[in-house]
Parts: sequence; structure tokens; C-alpha cells
Amino acid sequence: MTTLTEHPTPASSAWPAWFQTAQSDALAEYDRLPPPVRKDEAWRFANLQALDLSAFVEAPPVASEGRLINASIGLNETAAKLILGNNALLHRESTALPEGVIFETLESAATHHADLFRRFFMAQPVELGSHKFAALHKARLAGGAFLYVPANTSVALPIEIFQWAEGRHTSVFPHTLIVCGENSRVTVVDYFKSADHLPAFACGVNDLHLERGAKLTYIAVQDWSRETTAVHLNSTIVGRDATSTALIANFGGGYVRGESLSRLVGEGARSEMYSINPVEGTREIDQRTLQDHVAPHATSDLLYLNALDDKSRTIFAGLIKVQPGAKGTDAYQKVKNLILSDDADPNSMPGLEILNDEVRCSHGATNGPVSAEELFYMAARGIPKDKARRLVVNGFFNSLLERLEDDALRAHLESLLAARLAIT
Amino acid sequence: MSLKIENLTANIGDREILKGLSLEIPKGQVHAIMGKNGSGKSTLAKILAGHPDYEVKGGTATMDGLDLFAMEEPDERSRAGLFVAFQYPMEIPGVTIANFIRAALQARLPEGEELDAVEYYEHLYRQMDALKIDRKFTSRAVNEGFSGGEKKRCEVLQMAMLNPVYAVLDETDSGLDIDALKIVSDGVNAMRSTERGFLVITHYQRLLDYIVPDVVHVMVDGRIVLSGDKTLAHKLEAEGYDWVEKQQPALA
Repeated sequence: MTTLTEHPTPASSAWPAWFQTAQSDALAEYDRLPPPVRKDEAWRFANLQALDLSAFVEAPPVASEGRLINASIGLNETAAKLILGNNALLHRESTALPEGVIFETLESAATHHADLFRRFFMAQPVELGSHKFAALHKARLAGGAFLYVPANTSVALPIEIFQWAEGRHTSVFPHTLIVCGENSRVTVVDYFKSADHLPAFACGVNDLHLERGAKLTYIAVQDWSRETTAVHLNSTIVGRDATSTALIANFGGGYVRGESLSRLVGEGARSEMYSINPVEGTREIDQRTLQDHVAPHATSDLLYLNALDDKSRTIFAGLIKVQPGAKGTDAYQKVKNLILSDDADPNSMPGLEILNDEVRCSHGATNGPVSAEELFYMAARGIPKDKARRLVVNGFFNSLLERLEDDALRAHLESLLAARLAIT
Repeated sequence: MSLKIENLTANIGDREILKGLSLEIPKGQVHAIMGKNGSGKSTLAKILAGHPDYEVKGGTATMDGLDLFAMEEPDERSRAGLFVAFQYPMEIPGVTIANFIRAALQARLPEGEELDAVEYYEHLYRQMDALKIDRKFTSRAVNEGFSGGEKKRCEVLQMAMLNPVYAVLDETDSGLDIDALKIVSDGVNAMRSTERGFLVITHYQRLLDYIVPDVVHVMVDGRIVLSGDKTLAHKLEAEGYDWVEKQQPALA
């Protein structure tokens, strides 16, 4: 078994030679970079023990290919679907993709669309602390999804990607790279799922690029097993008058570190950054965000919702950064913690750094229990306390899902959420 | 068979609000309680429902012989057949009316039995139509952003769906214009039956023109001091409450 610090099995690589060289360099960088420490602001409050990766090994090919394909169930109607297991392609289907749209594996794109790949692949510097994990991701990347929507093209139905992890101590490196051309429109739902309940490590990256006037809705349904340690790095670059709506639903994972960067590089750009996090047991969700306003008159709206039960932990550290030229910025950042247990441990660190004085920014964090009056009202209708609490949690998250415009997508996410909270 | 309250005393904190209240509503009848603000009318409704802020100090309440106060959790009382329509219904963000009522009905089924979704929606829409509630309301969060009238109609909708044995309506007329008052009253009247008892709590006689009571009680300072037929409501409307209080020197 190849450990994560050894060079990958050469036969497994479908990458072009130049990228394999880059991967060797990345592995050396991973070795060279120091591990995160808590006194580093980017890792403040973090539980670093969860990030001991010594037990994890290179993933073998999946054993239960047919089962995983059959279990990759999402929306009723999709334009296309890509299913990967342990970093390799298992299945691909395309039913309603407009002409010119490229939707294939990342390794194929590196060969056949090298210009696009070179331009956009991990093009943003790591800003939120996970330099070491970004290097590891690049070094061990084996497969992923690549989507390019050309200018003035609308993909009417959502595109779905399923990324599975299978096996004890397996390691997966999911990667989704989406490039939206000028005035294009697309919705992508990215599912992260475990085939079993064995310890696993996931280190994923998604890069979203929106050119002028593009509109992207990106939903990540993170549903790893509770035994999984996961690091997810997201970056979104929003061009002029483009609108990105990104929602991360952290349904699973035992330890989850998420870093989300949204950079508004064009005037009138808009970025919506949403996250819903039901946490219980001893699970920990550590999320760091940056809303980087480079261009003037851009809008960013961040809303993260955590519901914490038992001894669970959440960490939210967010920064709104308004660069000197970003006059007329409208930026909003809010984290809300619904506290369901006295032992739960929410940590919130909202922040602002404003280098232009013609801006509108607000940020804040709230902690609150489930309202006793709401519970009483529900009880007065015969609903037992435990069920009432779950309904309130469900309602707490639904109030965010209501912001999604696509009815079918919203209904689908509502039903995933209800199932996750055992409402029905 | 009745909802029977005997010598009930109750506090909020150290303050005594109900001071030996007795009342019996036989099944099949509609009783009204009238009284000034602060007389303890709403407290009675909340205590019957099981609100945790109030403490029962003495007395009993039974529903067809069933000890209400032996059921500590409000949800048990509801499932046993009691319904309280609140004066100020709570908003529950993100929980739709359809899911809310469905959860309440589901809670009444035995373990492992699932509510039939199609029948449920048929039933719900029928009741909504009767109460002139737009069907779109099914996907709206419970009471969130509702007008006063919409909240009260939604309370009556819940009552109609849950089909209680005894229903207590606390100031269901407050905040209603005349059209809404008629709709709500029609909804209540449609549910009048020999198998059900109602307690209608109100400040004004107006509601009792639409929901005509069998018995009217007057509440003063935590007690029922006078009971009569519906003409008592008219007398109170015309003459106010002062004469009642004068008749009760012990309460002064």
C-alpha cells in the first residue's frame, strides 16, 4: 500500500507528462511545508489531531462499482452525470447538454483542453491556511470533473457529479473545475459520498470561474461517512455582472475543514456563499471564508447556518476584505448557531478589513437555543418534543434553501435535508 | 362527559392569577368566558394547554374523566383531544403549514403507521377552501409574516384538521375584521357537534353574535363570578363589567 507521502503508483496516472512533473514538485512541497499549528490564526481553535494522515493510503480501484453507480441517485432530471469512485471514472452519461459544453474527467481535460486546464486549474493562491493540503491534493490528484460552458450557452437542467470513497484508510482527492463563459448559465450538484463506514480521508478542491455575465449555481452535498476526515478547498472567481450562488451542505464527515474563497474581480459581480451544517455527536466542522472585493460595486452575501447538538463543534472564521479600488462594495456576512445542547461548542470569528470608505458592509454571529415558545406551540398541537426540535432545525435550514430559485433543485435539497434530520 | 375544572389556582412566578376557578363544559355545548383584561382568561387557556411558565397550585381539570394535569407534556394533552387556539400564535420559521399539521397528525398514529399523503392533502385543501385560505399557504412557514386574521384562520384550520374533543379558543376574534370574523365563526360553527365541547374566551360580545354560546361566564380576578345564558353577554356589552364587580364585594 502506497502511503500519502510516497510517490503515487506510476501506472495509475492518466495525466500528461508536464502535469506529472508538477505533481512531483507538489509532493516535495507537501513534505517541505510545516503542519498546521493552532497558534497560526488560520488554525485557531482547530482540532489538529484529526489531521494525522499517517494511516491513510492510496486508494485502490473500487470493488463495488455497480452498487455505487446504482446508489448515485440525485435529481429526477439532469443534463448530464459523472460518477467517480476512489478517484476513477465509473460512469458518465449525457442526455441534455447543449453543443459546445465540455463535461468530462479532469485528466482528460488536461490532455484535450490543456489551455483551459492550465489557465484555471488551482489558479488561485491558497489564502485560508491549507497550503499543505492544497499541495497534497495536487500531488495525489488522480481524477476529477471538468465542466466548461461556452459563452451565451444555458444548460437548462442541472449537471450532477458523484464522488465516492470506498475502503478502509482510503484517500480520495475529488476535484471539480467549472468554467462558465460569458453570459452562460449552469447549475451543478456535487455529491461526496462514502461506500462504507470505514476510516477515510478526503481532500477535495473545487474551482469555479465565472466570466462576464455568467450565472452559476453550485451545490456541494458533502455526505461522507462519520468516520471520514475531510478537507475541502473552494475558490470562486466572479467576473463582471456575473452571479455565483454556492451552497455547501455538510451532512457528513467526522472532522471537516472547509475553506471558501470568493473573489469579486469584475464590476457588478455577485457572490452568494451559503452553508448548512447539522452537527451532532463529536463531529467538528471548521470553516474559514474570505470575501475578497477587488472590483467596485460588487456584492457578496455570506450566510452560514450551524445547528449543534451533543458535543459537536463548529468553527467559523470569516473575513470580508475590501480592496482599495472596490468602492461601492456591498458585503454581508453572517453565521447563525442554533444550539441544541449545553455541551456543544460553537466558535465564531467574523471579520472585516476595509480599505475603501464608500462601502456597505455588515457582519455578525448569533448563538441561540431552540425557542421554548416554538416548542410549546408545537407541543400544543401534539408534536412530541424530540420531533418538534427536529422540525425547528429543519425549518432553520429550510429558511436558507428558500433562497434557491430552481424549484426542483430546492425541493430535492429539502428532501435530502429532511432525510438527514429524520423528519419523515 | 365534560371538560371540568374545579377550584383551580395557578401562578406565574409568585403572582397568583387563578384563584379557585370552577367551570364545567358538557360535551355538545359552547361556553363563553368574558372578562376584562387581566382577569386571567388567557392564563386559563395556557394552563389547560400546559404552558411551562405557569404553575398549577391547586384544583383539578379533567377531560371526560381524564386527569389533564397528570399529563405533564402539552403534546400528550393535545393528543388526548384538547385543542387551544392561541391569542398570539407563534411563528415557526422554515416549517411549512403543510409539514406542521402533517407532523401533528402523524404524532397521533401508532408507531410504524404512516399518514397517507394523498388523503392528507385532500383533507387539508378541503378545510383550507372552507376557511377561504389560499392553497399557496401550505408552503408558507407557520404564521411567519401572516396578518392577524391569517394567523387566526390558521389556528382554526389546525383545529379542523386535528378534530379535538374539547377546544378552547382564546380571543380568536382579536385582530379580525368583520369578514374574517364571519369566516372564522363559520369554521367553528361547522365543527359544533354533540361530540365536542367549546370554550370561547373573548373580550367582546361581538364574536358571540356569530358563535352563539349555550352558557356565558364572567371572569373577575381569577374566578368565575357569574354565569348565565347568551343575554348576559348583551348586558355586559351594554353596561360594562362594573355592576358585576359591585355584586361581588368579597372580591373588591
